[in-house]
Amino acid sequence: MKFGIVTFPGSNCDYDAFHAVTDALGEEAVYLWHRDTDLAGADVVILPGGFSYGDYLRAGAIARFSPIMGEVLAHAKRGGPVLAVCNGFQIACEAGLLPGALLRNASLSFVAETVRLRVETASSIFTAGYTPGQILRIPIAHGEGRYTADTATLDRLEGEGRVAFRYVNQAGVADEAANPNGSMRSIAGIVSDAGNVLGMMPHPERAVEPLLGSSDGLALFESLLSRVSA
Amino acid sequence: MSNFRVAVHVTPRRGILDPQGTAVAHALQTLGFAGVADVKVGRHIVIDVAAKDRDSASKAARQMCEKLLANPVTEDFEIATVEPA
Repeated sequence: MKFGIVTFPGSNCDYDAFHAVTDALGEEAVYLWHRDTDLAGADVVILPGGFSYGDYLRAGAIARFSPIMGEVLAHAKRGGPVLAVCNGFQIACEAGLLPGALLRNASLSFVAETVRLRVETASSIFTAGYTPGQILRIPIAHGEGRYTADTATLDRLEGEGRVAFRYVNQAGVADEAANPNGSMRSIAGIVSDAGNVLGMMPHPERAVEPLLGSSDGLALFESLLSRVSA
Repeated sequence: MSNFRVAVHVTPRRGILDPQGTAVAHALQTLGFAGVADVKVGRHIVIDVAAKDRDSASKAARQMCEKLLANPVTEDFEIATVEPA
């Protein structure tokens, strides 16, 4: 399977994603420059973390107009999988691939730590390798990760089983203390209505081998491998 | 075509938590501005644009806000001023 990893000016997790795909998963990956206008035959597109365009105006607001994004939107419209992590999640929301927005952390602090996530659904192509209720340890590193949407959107996401991950404490409870950024309903990741786009603030690509402190993110990539036909 | 200078205000929508505004409000209260009830921190954007007339300059600015300058999910905007430049 071929993964296309988009590099915007200011992306800084593209190499981590490349490492996760090639070294940990053992699949093929190519970098796609933001000015490219084709996906080089990629089966899965990764919008990686970073600070595209310096987060000017709003995180992700400028990157969504990069030439490559036209192809990414077309790919998503065809049902092609898109994994949008951190700044990628912000870009995906700005581009309308996912509902809602990511705002400044409620604490106003940049938060870099390993958090616990509860898997809320195993019926997506991204989470099929997990079991619902499973607790993962995955790092976060962001200043603008407070997931925000109106009540109707939040209810719809929950009703349709589209909340993929929630921030939880050691006991698996989504309380205020375990919510690192003030996200509404402790939401850490969501999938699109067609199920082929996942946006999440935590970094699964930074948790793919014991040396990194956690391997809990690897199953997300393995899920894609098993559920997406190349 | 004439040149216009358009100023737009983009602010966090009422009801959406604005921690920056809250922090500034607390700081103002600490300074003794006891009457401060609430603060919203937004952006003031100035655009120099060539347009047919004042109305089309304003209309263009509105489209810029809808497409890029404001996030329709979380922010409101207003065209503050349109002046000949």
